[in-house]
Amino acid sequence: MFDLIVIGGGPAGLAAACRAWERGLRQILVLERDKELGGILNQCIHNGFGLHRFQQELTGPEYAGRFIEMLNRTGVQVQLDTMALQVEPGVAGAPHTVHCVSTQHGYQALQTTSVVLAMGCRERTRGAISIPGERPAGIFTAGAAQRYLNMEGYMVGRRVVILGSGDIGLIMARRMSLEGAKVLACVELMPYSGGLMRNIVQCLQDYDIPLYLSHTVTDIRGHDRLQQVTVSRVDSQRRPVPGTEMVFDCDTLLLSVGLIPENELTRQAGIRMDARTSGAVVYENMETSVPGIFACGNVVHVHDLVDYVSAESERAGDAAAAYVQGTGQQAGAVLEVKNGTFVSYTVPQHVRTDAQKADIFFRVNRVLKSSHILVEDETGTQIARYRREHMAPGEMEHITLPAVLLKKAQGAVTLHVQEATQA
Amino acid sequence: MYDVIIIGCGVVGAATAYHLAPYQLNTLVLEAQNDVANGTTKANSAIIHAGYDPEPGTLMARLNVQGNRMTGDICQALDVPFQRVGSLVLAFSEAECRTLEKLFMRGQTNGVPGLRLLSGEEARAMEPNLSNEVAGALHAPSAGIINPWEFALAMAETAVRNGVQICLQSPVTAICKVPGGFRVTTPKGEYEAAYVFNAAGVHADEVHALLEEPGYAIRPSRGEYYLMDKSQGAQVSRIVFQCPNENGKGVLVAPTVHGNLIVGPNAEPVQDKRDLANTAEGMAYVKKTALRSVPGLNFRENIRNFSGLRAISTREDFILEESVTSPGFFDLAGIKSPGLTSAPAIGAMAVDMLCAAGARLEKKPVFHNIRRHVRFSQLNAEEKNELIRQDARYGRVICRCETITEGEIVAALHSPIPPCSLNGIKRRCNAGMGRCQGGFCGPRVQAIIARELGIPQQAVLMDQEGTYLITGETKQGRGGAQNV
Repeated sequence: MFDLIVIGGGPAGLAAACRAWERGLRQILVLERDKELGGILNQCIHNGFGLHRFQQELTGPEYAGRFIEMLNRTGVQVQLDTMALQVEPGVAGAPHTVHCVSTQHGYQALQTTSVVLAMGCRERTRGAISIPGERPAGIFTAGAAQRYLNMEGYMVGRRVVILGSGDIGLIMARRMSLEGAKVLACVELMPYSGGLMRNIVQCLQDYDIPLYLSHTVTDIRGHDRLQQVTVSRVDSQRRPVPGTEMVFDCDTLLLSVGLIPENELTRQAGIRMDARTSGAVVYENMETSVPGIFACGNVVHVHDLVDYVSAESERAGDAAAAYVQGTGQQAGAVLEVKNGTFVSYTVPQHVRTDAQKADIFFRVNRVLKSSHILVEDETGTQIARYRREHMAPGEMEHITLPAVLLKKAQGAVTLHVQEATQA
Repeated sequence: MYDVIIIGCGVVGAATAYHLAPYQLNTLVLEAQNDVANGTTKANSAIIHAGYDPEPGTLMARLNVQGNRMTGDICQALDVPFQRVGSLVLAFSEAECRTLEKLFMRGQTNGVPGLRLLSGEEARAMEPNLSNEVAGALHAPSAGIINPWEFALAMAETAVRNGVQICLQSPVTAICKVPGGFRVTTPKGEYEAAYVFNAAGVHADEVHALLEEPGYAIRPSRGEYYLMDKSQGAQVSRIVFQCPNENGKGVLVAPTVHGNLIVGPNAEPVQDKRDLANTAEGMAYVKKTALRSVPGLNFRENIRNFSGLRAISTREDFILEESVTSPGFFDLAGIKSPGLTSAPAIGAMAVDMLCAAGARLEKKPVFHNIRRHVRFSQLNAEEKNELIRQDARYGRVICRCETITEGEIVAALHSPIPPCSLNGIKRRCNAGMGRCQGGFCGPRVQAIIARELGIPQQAVLMDQEGTYLITGETKQGRGGAQNV
């Protein structure tokens, strides 16, 4: 019988497990499907991780290493090379059961008081966006290509077009260039980039790689290996404009067209989901709709910085510990957090009014210059207001609502963004 | 000298090999590609049709109904996923309701069991997600869904286990008559046989033309599909057709045996027999048409598009005949829909044709008509544990979307017709079939293939020849650093 089982040994799972140990839990097990801890960070050999957390520029493996060292100083148990197959919530307060399989222990059904879901996310594929054309070899998601280069030591192409300007695609534009490939173009459907500004500068501009905004791939040619892609401009409805085709001779197309939280276990467990994030609906302490089951990191919503994943996961670790120790009962009313103008989602979706404070993360759905973030309650009363000079869908935003404001709010709260009029 | 050479190992070639395997014949199968079931067999609707479509009196009508009956037994013996879920043909108007009546009558004549005409309400009671516009339906309980490539593979593997030889990567480049039979040439060698079956799918006319003027041509028609996530798999529990028109059976919505949802196809003639492209127009047409049947389909849950070629010939019916000018050379050609359903009956008919041509057919003392396929994810906890105890590799999940273990992949690599590509593994064990489309497991499967076959990882292809994935090593030159 465990106090806590953490599913996933990436940055989210590591931070949650370490924090739960610090808070006094002693029977903690981390299940990791790969052969080592660290998750996707292990293939992110570029630097830029940890600026917030450690005030240093670390590589992905270095960042993971800090948490793995921390974990090694605890008594948290780790089972590597182990795949969780099912999370079965306990009925009426009974322990939860985690079903998993491994070469070492075979099929196991493990009982635990609490669970932290930290499975991360996966990449959207060609099928998800139905790109027309042939289906040759040479079309990779950016993350799969990153694994080939950084983990396995193999190159996957020589002349490259990248569809989507998500961060992994941008990072791979630079990485492929450094390995001697010619990156011909980065093509983005939206009129703005989906990645961090620093990556646009450091990975595209520094390498003279053109970024085509409001463009998409409209045809793929090549029977065996990719030979050609056609790129077209799109109109404001994102429909390709005939006559704007550009043809690129290339052997590789990398897709960086979005990440999807990996929530098969969550759905199967009957946990309430949010269609906007594709993750579980959570409270401010990262608890899901099933008491004792928490979720954190990219399985809840896709983060742009791992530093925020760690912080969020530590809150999940805190909360799991409090749940197990019986100090986690919250009696206060529940506020629903709703999206208003220009807001595409919020996490958490629910806030308990007796919480110490609530950190609310959200993304906007367009690029916004000087703006105000307005928090209104159900009566239309503005309970808080924050100023931002620039917001973009590629960058996660964050506000903190102190307890005093939470207690003031009536019913639900709605997050609005209002562009400031010229003063 | 072989008794029989079969050219082509799609489902028709495989069914023919399977039906010849019980006899004391020296049989060779020549397949142009690097794997079996790699043409039309792998890219179709994956449906076992009931048999109300074909015109009574045609080979198609007879072999469809007969093949439908045979499929259940074969799938049971050879452990192939097949579910007789039944089908509905929808009518959206009075005129289409009359078409259903015609199909009903035709089905009666063809000997299709259990056909029923339903009202729109009755149809919606069976399939609640159907459109309110549905005015009537024809229910055919004998229709089913199948894994088409495993169907072909299972028959081919069973043939091989029973002594049939198979040569992959052996495109036929010449055929000539020699005393007592034919000489068939491939880049790998020359083979002679008393009898030749031409089961070359969309290329059957070209193969026949190597010997003589074929008297028909194959004019392929391309069909495009969506394959959706398992989240959509329960949208319908039966195969949902629309009324057939001049372009074929129209766009269907159906569950797959893997739990996904398949939607398609359109029909478009193509000149190039390698043209398997998807088009924006084709996909838009399929989407629009399918939404007419099931308005709640969520196309954002699509995981893959693909297209396949129907081997439509210049003749109306299947071409199953011995050449008049070259006795001993048989065409099994023009096998359009319902070709997958008819394949077992075509295989049985090939035996009859051989017999009629004077071949001596004697049964082997033993025919091993059994095949077992371990599907880890479908086992219960105890069975999983037992399997892992016997072979720990069944405890390592490689494809996380479909829960496919290393044990299953290794077993496929040591099967009677071992695959050599990622897609070969995908067809045998489903690894890479899921929502991430092999993004996660691809490199891992590639490394396992390399290890088990003793070849460099760079040499492991995605699919057919030329589909290389790796172009070299990185500057640090540590290729293979993560080999499993």
